[in-house]
Amino acid sequence: MLRIVVTTLLLCLMAPLMAADIQTGVPELDAAFAQIQDRNFDTKAEGVTALAASDHPQTSELLRGLRDGDLRYLKDNNRLVWMRDQAGDTAAIDVLNGENYGTFGSRSFKKLAINNAMRGQIDALLAQRQLTDPDPTVRLSAVGAMLGNSEPAHAEMFARLLQTEKDPAVREAMQAAASLARLSDPDPQARRRAIASVAESLEPVVRNGLTRLANNDPDDAVRAEAAAALQKINDRAALYGHLETLFFGLSLGSVLVLAAIGLAITFGVMGVINMAHGELIMLGAYTTYLIQLALPDMTGLSILLAVPAAFLVSGAVGVAIERGVIRFLYGRPLETLLATFGISLMLQQLVRTVISPQNVPVSNPDFLSGSWQINSVLSLTYNRLYIFVFCLLVFAGLFFVLKRTRLGLQVRAVSQNRAMARAMGVRSARVDALTFGLGSGIAGIAGVALSQLTNVGPNLGQAYIVDSFMVVVFGGVGNLWGTLVGGLGLGIANKLMEPWAGAVLAKILVLVFIILFIQKRPRGLFPQKGRAAEG
Amino acid sequence: MSFANKVRRLSLAVSAATALGVASATQAADTIKVGVLHSLSGTMAISETTLKDTMLMLIEEQNKKGGLLGKQLEAVVVDPASNWPLFAEKARELIEKEKVAAVFGCWTSVSRKSVLPVFEELNSLLFYPVQYEGEESSKNVFYTGAAPNQQAIPAVDYLMEQGVKRWVLAGTDYVYPRTTNKILEAYLKGKGVAAADIMINYTPFGHSDWQSIVSDIKKFGSAGKKTAVVSTINGDANVPFYKELGNQGISAQDIPVVAFSVGEEELSGIDTKPLVGHLAAWNYFMSVEGDTNDAFIESWQKFIKNDKRVTNDPMEAHYIGFNMWVEAVKKAGTTDPNAVGDALIGVAVPNLSGGLSAMMPNHHITKPVLIGEIQDDGQFQIVSQTPGLVVGDAWSDYLEGSKDLIADWRAPLSCGNYNVKTAKCSGQNY
Repeated sequence: MLRIVVTTLLLCLMAPLMAADIQTGVPELDAAFAQIQDRNFDTKAEGVTALAASDHPQTSELLRGLRDGDLRYLKDNNRLVWMRDQAGDTAAIDVLNGENYGTFGSRSFKKLAINNAMRGQIDALLAQRQLTDPDPTVRLSAVGAMLGNSEPAHAEMFARLLQTEKDPAVREAMQAAASLARLSDPDPQARRRAIASVAESLEPVVRNGLTRLANNDPDDAVRAEAAAALQKINDRAALYGHLETLFFGLSLGSVLVLAAIGLAITFGVMGVINMAHGELIMLGAYTTYLIQLALPDMTGLSILLAVPAAFLVSGAVGVAIERGVIRFLYGRPLETLLATFGISLMLQQLVRTVISPQNVPVSNPDFLSGSWQINSVLSLTYNRLYIFVFCLLVFAGLFFVLKRTRLGLQVRAVSQNRAMARAMGVRSARVDALTFGLGSGIAGIAGVALSQLTNVGPNLGQAYIVDSFMVVVFGGVGNLWGTLVGGLGLGIANKLMEPWAGAVLAKILVLVFIILFIQKRPRGLFPQKGRAAEG
Repeated sequence: MSFANKVRRLSLAVSAATALGVASATQAADTIKVGVLHSLSGTMAISETTLKDTMLMLIEEQNKKGGLLGKQLEAVVVDPASNWPLFAEKARELIEKEKVAAVFGCWTSVSRKSVLPVFEELNSLLFYPVQYEGEESSKNVFYTGAAPNQQAIPAVDYLMEQGVKRWVLAGTDYVYPRTTNKILEAYLKGKGVAAADIMINYTPFGHSDWQSIVSDIKKFGSAGKKTAVVSTINGDANVPFYKELGNQGISAQDIPVVAFSVGEEELSGIDTKPLVGHLAAWNYFMSVEGDTNDAFIESWQKFIKNDKRVTNDPMEAHYIGFNMWVEAVKKAGTTDPNAVGDALIGVAVPNLSGGLSAMMPNHHITKPVLIGEIQDDGQFQIVSQTPGLVVGDAWSDYLEGSKDLIADWRAPLSCGNYNVKTAKCSGQNY
């Protein structure tokens, strides 16, 4: 019986969805779009080829619209349209004659679906059309796009284009592309010349081409030259690989330092085991989210505003925690631990109830997206780069506050000898509150940075609390330099181990290392010296 | 009845039931209780809260249609708080104290493994709505989510059609990704993929620093063969993973990622523009065209009072599972677990993609497999669909020690792990 059910089902599923053909008014385009409308992706791909072959003036525009998913058709009249925002509504504008059909709801038009293979196909077709574009930058990127699928036929095409090409940058790119294509030239001499001319390149396509020649070429001389060139390229790539690992390590380290540096104040200087530290970070991240909600179209500005705002929010919560709970528990570390753990649970549940148990979206401004392409094997992502710089700035700022301001002097005085500081007229209770607020505020700033890297959700803090304590204890309690060096060092160690040990084992190994290290040097990397260390 | 009233009534019922056993006994006479065992706090709340709401909606709708066997249904909601041992305690409370007729719940495999002995000991029914690693078939559990052959294998087949030759199997380090990747590795090798063309990588829960792994994937994928990532990365860790892919300039055209744990709900928390073209394999997408799906989306958004809320695959699994249970209870004329369990096998109900899903003798169901590409609006564009329905396979055909096993809970076999070679039922229940 089941089999019958399954078969009938099968028939239901296969029943085609009826859709009327798109009307453009141009017969060739109609034929192409009829294929693109088909449910079968092979037919669709043929339609794209037909569309590219049609010499309609808007072909490029149509191809781009199709690739970016902007091209829709109205179910009413089957015309191809762009959906444009007009005073809060979406208006349908005819792609071919620019006629405005008025506003429509989301169910009255359909998108022309494409898949990855078709996106690649359209890119290649567009690149070919763009090789003769009047704008040299467009031509340059078109040559770049064609490098990926280099064919022997390209050599001649580029040679032909080079006869008329004037722009030096485009010429250079075209020459490189032509050499690359000549790697598969039937003449061994031409192949050897091509090897010599691509030997400086780090492009993966070049390496793959050379690997192919080094392993399979019928000509011995070509094989040897390809192998030598490949060896040189691989050596250079390996060097950049080490640089990349170093950057990854510094970047992971800077995140650790940012998360831990607030704790270096509250735990390191004041000696409070603050289990709610992670939640103060989380509050900073949520502040970023709320500011983005308030300023929806100004992502860049909202991030900059979020830094002071997060400092104030987390700092204020920190002061409230200190005044409300911790000040009654000084000198009772176990009870402080339990009380702050309770606070951390309360803050988490508060966020869950008030905002949402779901993660919230925080978008990245443009200057924090993408990467700085140094060459084709080394690129540094901007968000990590900025966060590294940001971490150093926060560290410098905090260092300045502690060493060069009146508050810093009082903080150090109270932490070294509370009774003596009080005798000198320092209001120790006020200093305690401000110090805790400072540490908490820095945690909030860390939250802004983390919101750019990871999920913003109620559990954000939990992920960082253990790491933070690890860094502070490893670096040496009460020493800011220790936190900086410790955090960056742990980050690099982690990333050095990750490639051969895997992410899970690398983390375990780092933890084991710290435990052994603490056995040997219980006061961490940079122990506090003098009488304060005894307290 | 408004939602607020509903909640009040529910919480009243729950508190009355827990506080006064007598009250619950009298109530049980005129209602049929249905247990909902989903975490409403802790790490899993993010996914499971939605399923709790789905169950409340389904029960409310069934009551509007006149209930079941002439009685009204009553949801008993408990919160196991993402704490695996607590799942077992709460399951026991639902069955022993609340005397529920069936339980709908669990998300992670470890929570299912934790409640399994309780359901077998007390002989009650559990409907499990999430895709999982397979290698299990219990008399008391009905698996309405996908088994690996209903999600992972068709996804890999699709990518092979697209010309993928090198494979990165990336997952979070726990039982579901490890088992799924073991099955996939065996499957790929069986298809002639060399060991050097498979890279396997595991990361801890909530991993957020993806720099080196993404860089490794990039290097692995630049060897001139088309490369794809098969991702069993769990929920949270996906956002930083995809962000890092975008930042390092890897697009779906270069190296597509097909994910088994990323659905509409997960995408609603992120900006999906950089993800366009990455893939997911499920048995249901919100973008499926059809009247049943439109009606389901409409009633869901009305119930939750938010027209931005999305629907996803595990919700569909509960929709199917609940309707199957309703049909089986009608067929059996009682809520007795033994009778309902027997009646469930062979029951077929509409799924949301326009067909009928049937409960098979191995307690898994038949489903279509859909492959979708992520769009910039957080929805999926379906790019491939299995021609028919795929029958869930409890024991993978690609693993040693499991390929000879079958599950068939019909008499006279009545066994969850029958070895066809030795003709023996190992006697173990799961």
